[in-house]
Amino acid sequence: MDTQRMTQGLPQNSPSADRQLGSDSVLVNRYLIQEVIGVGGMGSVYRARDLHFPNVVKLVAVKEMIIQTRDPQVRETIVLNFEREANILATLHHPSIPRIFDYFSHDERSYLVLEFVNGKDLEDVLAQSDTPLPEDQVVRWGIELCDVLHYLHSHTPEPIIFRDMKPSNVMVNQEGHIVLVDFGIAKTFRVGQKGTMIGTEGYSPPEQYRGEATEQADVYALGATLHHLLTKRDPRIETPFTFNERPVRKLNPAVSAEVEAVVATAIQYSPQDRFPTAVAMKEALISAGTKTGILSRLSSSIVNVKKEETIKPIWTFETEDEIRGGPVFDNGLLYIGSYDHNMYALNATDGKFVWKFPTDGGIVTRPAFSEGLVLFGSEDGLLHAVTARTGKISWTYTTGGPVRCSPRVAEGHLFIGSDDGFMHAVNVLTCRRVWTYDTGGPVRSMPFVQGDNLYFGCEVGDVLCMDFRGGIRWRFKTKRGVSASPVFHKGAIYFTSLDGTLYAVDGKSGWAVWRFRMNKGSISTPCIVDNFVIAGSADGFIYCVDASSSKEIWRFKAEHQVSGSPIVHKDSVYCGAADGNLYCLEYRTGRLRWKFPTGGPITSSPTVYNDILYFGSADHILYALLV
Amino acid sequence: MLDFIRKVFKSGGDHQATKPTIETAPLSDAQLQVVAKVEISLNPPQFAVGSGQSVGRQRDHNEDTLFCLTAVIADGQRDLPVGIFVVADGMGGHQHGEVASSAAARTMVEHMLTRIYPALFAMSGNGLEESIQEIMEAGVKEAHRAVVRMAPGGGTTLTAALVVGEQVTMAHVGDSRGYFIHPDGRTQVVTQDHSLVGRLQELGQINEKEAMNHPQRNVLYRALGQPEPFRPDINSFQFPTPGYLMLCSDGLWTMVPNQEIFRIVTSAKSLPEACNDLVAAANEAGGPDNISVVLVKYLH
Repeated sequence: MDTQRMTQGLPQNSPSADRQLGSDSVLVNRYLIQEVIGVGGMGSVYRARDLHFPNVVKLVAVKEMIIQTRDPQVRETIVLNFEREANILATLHHPSIPRIFDYFSHDERSYLVLEFVNGKDLEDVLAQSDTPLPEDQVVRWGIELCDVLHYLHSHTPEPIIFRDMKPSNVMVNQEGHIVLVDFGIAKTFRVGQKGTMIGTEGYSPPEQYRGEATEQADVYALGATLHHLLTKRDPRIETPFTFNERPVRKLNPAVSAEVEAVVATAIQYSPQDRFPTAVAMKEALISAGTKTGILSRLSSSIVNVKKEETIKPIWTFETEDEIRGGPVFDNGLLYIGSYDHNMYALNATDGKFVWKFPTDGGIVTRPAFSEGLVLFGSEDGLLHAVTARTGKISWTYTTGGPVRCSPRVAEGHLFIGSDDGFMHAVNVLTCRRVWTYDTGGPVRSMPFVQGDNLYFGCEVGDVLCMDFRGGIRWRFKTKRGVSASPVFHKGAIYFTSLDGTLYAVDGKSGWAVWRFRMNKGSISTPCIVDNFVIAGSADGFIYCVDASSSKEIWRFKAEHQVSGSPIVHKDSVYCGAADGNLYCLEYRTGRLRWKFPTGGPITSSPTVYNDILYFGSADHILYALLV
Repeated sequence: MLDFIRKVFKSGGDHQATKPTIETAPLSDAQLQVVAKVEISLNPPQFAVGSGQSVGRQRDHNEDTLFCLTAVIADGQRDLPVGIFVVADGMGGHQHGEVASSAAARTMVEHMLTRIYPALFAMSGNGLEESIQEIMEAGVKEAHRAVVRMAPGGGTTLTAALVVGEQVTMAHVGDSRGYFIHPDGRTQVVTQDHSLVGRLQELGQINEKEAMNHPQRNVLYRALGQPEPFRPDINSFQFPTPGYLMLCSDGLWTMVPNQEIFRIVTSAKSLPEACNDLVAAANEAGGPDNISVVLVKYLH
């Protein structure tokens, strides 16, 4: 059974290079082949000089078609179709359609001689651009393309449906005008047989696969082309017919809503929901283009804030210096440390002061709570264990340097890192050191305990997996420090590094499962919800990444470095940034709900209890918001 | 008072002295397993594997390729079972189908092996240079290049799994499938078929009946060897324990329904036998296409 491979028109037994026409060869004694300018589905396209005009250099494009089949019947049908279409082309006169000068068959192949278009096709233009193409350029081209489609659709006696609209079939000439190329002489052969594979091109509408092609099919393909130009997202790579998952403005906020709406209408899956004609689409584009020429466009750095609802805190509590660590809740009391050297205990409901405990150094981390004790480190080098009820010291543990790490209590052990370079394991009952491990640099990353494994990062850049006896199970190296804490989820740990990467590492083997690159380093501890990993970065974005596929689900641009760590409560994610704002986003879409301004950077993660969100800011204040 | 307390806490010896001694012969592990259907604990954790392949009843030659490899390196500190499993279903007629699937499978495996090899045996306990997903994505690219080079005009599906301990990462293009078979009867497809008709169905453009008779029902919108750019699906999961990982070509899943797959896999005496029975079932149902299947279980 002859299998038709539609998009690669090469004869079965020899590579194309051997059978391409060579430079300086002369075809049928008239066309001097200069060079190959493209490889099409059925053969090559050459730039050639028409020697019938010896006194001038008349350049033409020679399009070659090599017929695959050995079946003489099929071959004859193909040639006839080719001639029929060439005849139609000969009757078309439009500035966006290249003129056809000649057609003939020679040496088992067929040739079309066309007007040579000096320019690039839009696929090349897009590839050479780092960003999506400018909106006004795309709108202008869109209008010209609607114009030529309308011309084809109004052809008599039969309307011509182009059926192959895509960036590689649209050339831009030296004057910046578009020219449609490839009138799909090969289109008649897109019949799949058993086991055959065809690329869908991604620009074709669903009904084209049922064999229906109408004007609306060209409208769809044009919409798909514009979508690709405005987003730089190739629809052939994506799952077919998923444009609704990639609205233009989501990927390119610089595009106006009016133009997005035109594109969205054109790429509706049901033909009746699209523009009924190319003329209708052209008018819509003109209207959108006029409007956006008048209105000032939104700048891309502005956040999509709808109405800024004013959120008022239930209570606030002011300390005497920056609050850099997060609070912990237990039994109606909220415990929070401040750079003013004190650990405070406040009534969680009304913020009333209960007690404070002074140390000799700033407290920059979150306390842990265990067995009636509030446990926390201070820059005075000590781990303090204070009785929660009374605020009186119970015991202390000494390390060799300032403690800027939040402690973790598990299985009767307390684990805390210190700037002295060690991870300390302390028995909570005896208050004695059980073991220490020298990492070679400060340890500020709060350890995560899963089963009998301890995971934490250090400033040297390593992430370690240790057992409770102080033995190393594995070590994972990143290129810069890991200050934030790792989080465990379904067999893997997730953490960010100052090297700008969000890592997923298998908990048992220490092998990286995937790496997600952000633009700058991060000190944000990720939070995990619904198989999404959410973390912030110094590049100003909060990212949401799928834990299985490592694909970005959304990203949110904050106005400054995202120095805090996110948490999720109900269907929102809350995260603080260096601009002092606490952002509240919908965690599924990354859409901003509101932001709450404070007077200084927020570097910790908030805590939620009983629908009250507690967080501290460098403006010295602890806030309690109702969410 | 003390007596009462002793009785409550059974700290007295009298209680035990009055019991008659009855001896029972302990049941052997094998006897227990048959009766209790409980998994025995194994150390180090390792994989059991089976594979099966058949040309089917209607094709005259086989264009599928399958590959299985497992390894364990264990020292009590860090036990690492590793597995590589691949199924590729070639298409294109003439001689290109099997050349395509073979080139893709071999290239993919070679790429994965060379990248994880140093990490498996490194003394330093350091892991991989790149991440597993990056290795798999690059492997698929290499495999695609190999298909274009060695089988021009041909194409193939590729479904590959790299398993490290309980972490499974699958790279997938086409309509071969990866399944997780759970002991409660759920057969979960963990790959997405890149079939045009499947997508049209999802969109509501055609119904199931139209899909079965659609002229392009065998058309894939993504396959290795195609000239358009594409991206493989790469996803990481936890190995279903207890449960099975199964990879197969469409010659199996289009012919044997899920309940039947579950019944065969859970009633066979060994994984190789299960694979044999699965292939037989597909042939029994007509065998219109080549059939390949790989079955893996994580034992610990």
